[in-house]
Amino acid sequence: MLYLLGVVFTAVRLGRGPGVLLSFLSVAAFDFFFVPPRMSLSVSDTQYVLTFAGMLLTSLVISHLTSSLRREARVAEKRERRTGAMYAMAGELGAALTTEQIVGIGMRHVSEVFRAQVAMLLPDSADKVRQKLDDTTTDSRALLLDASALDLDVGQWVYDQQKPAGRGTDTLPAAAALYLPLKAPMRTRGVLAVVTREAGELDVPEQKRMLDAFAAQIALALERVHYVDIARDALVTMESERLRNSLLSAVSHDLRTPLTAIVGFASMLAEANGDTRAPANAELIEAIHDESLRMTSIVTNLLDMARLQAGGLRLNRQWSLLEETVGAALRACARVLGDRAVDVHLQADLPLLQLDAVLMERLFSNLLENAAKYTPRGTRLAISAERVETERKPFVRVNIDDTGPGLPPSMEERVFEKFMRGEKESAKPGIGLGLSICRAIVEAHGGTIGAANRTDEHGRIEGARFWFTLPVEAPPPAPGLEEDERDAAAPQLPASKTTP
Amino acid sequence: MSEPTVTVVLIEDEKQIRRFVRVSLEAEGIAVHEAPTGKQGLVEAATRKPDLVIVDLGLPDTDGIDVIRELRSWTELPVIVLSARTQEEEKVAALDAGADDYLTKPFGVSELMARIRAHLRRRNQAAASESPQVAFGAVIVDLALRQVTRDGALVHLTPIEYRLLATLVRHAGRVLTHRQLLREVWGPSHVESHHYLRIYMAHLRQKLERDAAQPEHIVTETGVGYRLVGAT
Repeated sequence: MLYLLGVVFTAVRLGRGPGVLLSFLSVAAFDFFFVPPRMSLSVSDTQYVLTFAGMLLTSLVISHLTSSLRREARVAEKRERRTGAMYAMAGELGAALTTEQIVGIGMRHVSEVFRAQVAMLLPDSADKVRQKLDDTTTDSRALLLDASALDLDVGQWVYDQQKPAGRGTDTLPAAAALYLPLKAPMRTRGVLAVVTREAGELDVPEQKRMLDAFAAQIALALERVHYVDIARDALVTMESERLRNSLLSAVSHDLRTPLTAIVGFASMLAEANGDTRAPANAELIEAIHDESLRMTSIVTNLLDMARLQAGGLRLNRQWSLLEETVGAALRACARVLGDRAVDVHLQADLPLLQLDAVLMERLFSNLLENAAKYTPRGTRLAISAERVETERKPFVRVNIDDTGPGLPPSMEERVFEKFMRGEKESAKPGIGLGLSICRAIVEAHGGTIGAANRTDEHGRIEGARFWFTLPVEAPPPAPGLEEDERDAAAPQLPASKTTP
Repeated sequence: MSEPTVTVVLIEDEKQIRRFVRVSLEAEGIAVHEAPTGKQGLVEAATRKPDLVIVDLGLPDTDGIDVIRELRSWTELPVIVLSARTQEEEKVAALDAGADDYLTKPFGVSELMARIRAHLRRRNQAAASESPQVAFGAVIVDLALRQVTRDGALVHLTPIEYRLLATLVRHAGRVLTHRQLLREVWGPSHVESHHYLRIYMAHLRQKLERDAAQPEHIVTETGVGYRLVGAT
């Protein structure tokens, strides 16, 4: 019985061969030590021969059963580990959003599970496969397949034929690597090339099936990302299509109106036999001038918007004073504002701000023009600015108040959208770009913009308020003001006495 | 005509703009020589002995700024630049290269004529003795006495404020870029210290303008620099 225990133990730990050997040895030892005559292999009683046979058979069967149990347990464990790895990869692939991420994840997992060097070949726009190199992580270099072991022509063949090739297949079995097509439901998405560190690693059919499953997972992920990209492109195209349509209708209406007037007035002048001094003609000339300026402002807005939209809006930020920008904008808008008086109340100690002066003037001009457009002549406008704190961050908040009819209900947010106007199809010139330019400028500076109606204590609308905020940053080193003053106080003193 | 005819060389590639400028200048009795390219413009400027040159920044053969540099290498003629609105950086580059002024397209004839007259007058004044007293609004600046009065009362300016004002006054009517002013007043090591300029300009306006928020004389040329207007 003791011998049997030894056989089981050996078979579990060392496998079938040693188990069998121990079976024979234990029978021999039994014979040698216990069966009379002792200390000899000869047997006096034939009954013992039967015992030996029974003993040997039992231990052989036990050793066989034990060792195959052990092998199966090990295979199951291996399968378990691979399935685990597969789930891990599937999970990561599910979260991946770009092709690069998928390539990285796929290569890492395949190389881990199959102890292999991996290369992923993806097609370019001309359907030629190329190796996607992930330069970002250095540790991926180690798993990368050497260029010498990789044959792009084989890869291309695999991609075109959608059949595996290379090591262990019918096609080009002499190649160093195994090439698997990454087959997805719609089409092949690329080629996976694998060189295992141990030559026999992929000879086991189970391993091969596993690798196929990995390839299928990667292919699915690639296809998914591909369609995500297509969907996103389609959305962008639709949006830009919508914008283009609004732009076209706006431009055709709003540019044609002043153009019609200009052409009309000019032809009237041409027929007036050149007597340009007549008062009626002076009026015509004035009208042409006004209409031209209107067109200029529309074109300016369109160009600004195009510039802001073109992406990569580069702010030319410099330390600036709000007072100066307001002054420049008021000067630029003098003609548009006409007889509307503007009260300016800027808090006395406003800090220097990092602003793009040109865009800031544009911002104020657009807001003032907008106010002028929607308020009656002779009304008052007010510009005020103060320091505020929003979410513990310092900002300067600027308000531009008018005393006009106010914003139509529920338009507070929408006025900043492109081609959106307070009054639909109104005779007022403009194409609804001015305020969306304002929003783009404010947001580029890191601020927010908004609009609301101002009401008195009885809830009556007093006018509209457009406001925006600009972030306050750590101030620059101040120029030596005191030093300058000291010089001024004692300019005639010798230099040696001015310094204490 | 009592005074000799004024001659202007116009370097501009757009035919319609050349036509418009020529017609309006000739109506004012100014002789105009046109050049559609930078190269030809330089030849015209060298041979016609003009009193003033107008250069478009967008030329087909060379950069307008190179034309200005070339001109400045041999003449101090007033140069006025024409440019589109969105080219603030180019305007600054042109002014730093030696241009005296700029006009933004589209511009009116009155604007163009005002600039031309201002620069021709400045040039003639420079040729004559420089007047030590300059007035704008209620302010009188005496460059000889280094004194500034407003409505007859003495205005106290710090040395830097005075230097800044004097620089503006000496170039009255002309745009001075931020760099030019910073170099002139604070020295070459401070050409990027824009905030100095903003702070001191605000001081000057508070002391000299009726409403500092809506200055009438010390005018901001947004993104470019400053200009003193209305000085006599």
